[in-house]
Amino acid sequence: MSFLGYQRPDGQVGVRNYVGVISTVGCANDVAVWIAQQIKGTALFIHPAGCGQLQPDLEIATRTLASIGRHPNLAGVLLVSLGCEGTDVGRIEAAIGDAGKPVRKVVIQKAGATVALNEGLLLAQELVSQASAIRQKEFDDSHLFIGVKCGGSDTTSGLASNPAVGAVCDLVIDSGGTCVFGETTEFLGAEHILARRAVNKKVADKILDIVDRMEKRAIARGGDMRGGQPSAGNIAGGLTTIEEKSLGAIVKGGTRPIQDVYEYGDRVQGKGLYIVDSPGREPEFLTALAAAGAQVALFSTGLGVPQGFPFIPVLKVTGNPVTYKRLPDHIDMLVELGSGKKEGIKEMGDRIYGEVLEIASGKQTKAEILGYGNFPGLYTIGPII
Amino acid sequence: MESTEKAVVLHSKDNVATALADLEAGISLTLEVEGKAVTVPLKARIPFGHKFSLSDIKKGAPVMKYGEAIGVATVDINQGDYVHVHNVASARGRGAAPGGAR
Repeated sequence: MSFLGYQRPDGQVGVRNYVGVISTVGCANDVAVWIAQQIKGTALFIHPAGCGQLQPDLEIATRTLASIGRHPNLAGVLLVSLGCEGTDVGRIEAAIGDAGKPVRKVVIQKAGATVALNEGLLLAQELVSQASAIRQKEFDDSHLFIGVKCGGSDTTSGLASNPAVGAVCDLVIDSGGTCVFGETTEFLGAEHILARRAVNKKVADKILDIVDRMEKRAIARGGDMRGGQPSAGNIAGGLTTIEEKSLGAIVKGGTRPIQDVYEYGDRVQGKGLYIVDSPGREPEFLTALAAAGAQVALFSTGLGVPQGFPFIPVLKVTGNPVTYKRLPDHIDMLVELGSGKKEGIKEMGDRIYGEVLEIASGKQTKAEILGYGNFPGLYTIGPII
Repeated sequence: MESTEKAVVLHSKDNVATALADLEAGISLTLEVEGKAVTVPLKARIPFGHKFSLSDIKKGAPVMKYGEAIGVATVDINQGDYVHVHNVASARGRGAAPGGAR
């Protein structure tokens, strides 16, 4: 099977063709917003990070922004800088340039926001003009790279939409493509099962380590993530053990071997199934998928959630027919067990995979058409100082 | 991964199915497990989202869903029995300690 995409100089394939307007620190956000509002064909990436943080968080912000800038759905990038930020703007700029794509920069402290705005408008316009000359080409589906997520879960998530999304992951990998999942929080109780799927002991240990690390961070802040799982509500809903609860979530990553585990903000290199250490909260997690390099995000939901992302199509799938009817502006697809349609998990996976290829080729998701997803997150682990 | 109108078996290795509707005791369901049709008479009422056994599960044997062990049978479970916290325990225990996976 194949899809239409955009060839990038570093060999990656994009499924959208935006110019990224990326702020390198929270206090440059306003100018980035002004530029992106005016110049059609841009995608805005703003966040509160890059200043008043300890080094581990500044490092997360720098590598995430570098990976975001290198994303194949961006043909070029305009960086909007303040000048004195704690993120390493030189490193971000170099990383994007090394990928062979045009990168430009405006700096507010040089002559003020109005001058930076004027310069930025012209630069962004020029970059969009260059980008618009790139033609879509046909690529076989081994070039596909998807990220998967679940959120707003209910009983139908673990029975229909998560297993169906897992079937899509298996299809992507069996076609030679790449799939990434994360939400380390949800591995709790099933991390030993995930670790068994690792390609070697080193990767298995990494899986156990990221769970342990996350749990210790929670404990250091006085939180307990494991005690009392599954909750009384879970048990009333039919979940018997913590393994069952966690498996219902991680089944969305499919069944193939886990090749490696990446840090938040890292770009995934290689084909097959990967984990990125990440929180489950949607804005931060979708940014992790973008940084990893996923062209399309596949989002399984029960209750229904609105989230999109500035330059990645986020395809929403629910197993709950009530949600599908109630939220026609957010939910792209319904997969329903027991509907009388005799569609099993495998057939659902086939149908979603077909839609992923359509979306990759340019069909718009509900979130894209609605313009939902302008406030992505950027993960931090330390205090604001 | 087979479903009828009323219950779903999520993986060929599974020995439990999950109800897709509230199911009354005494009815029989025919489900496809590993390519074979298995008829399961329900011995109890199974609420939506809850589980019943596809085969006899001996005390101490793994209870399988998603193709993985979700816990261990704490008593002998018969085909068609309601499977939940009264006859299954986590292999990890409730509120297992951090790092317990090793």
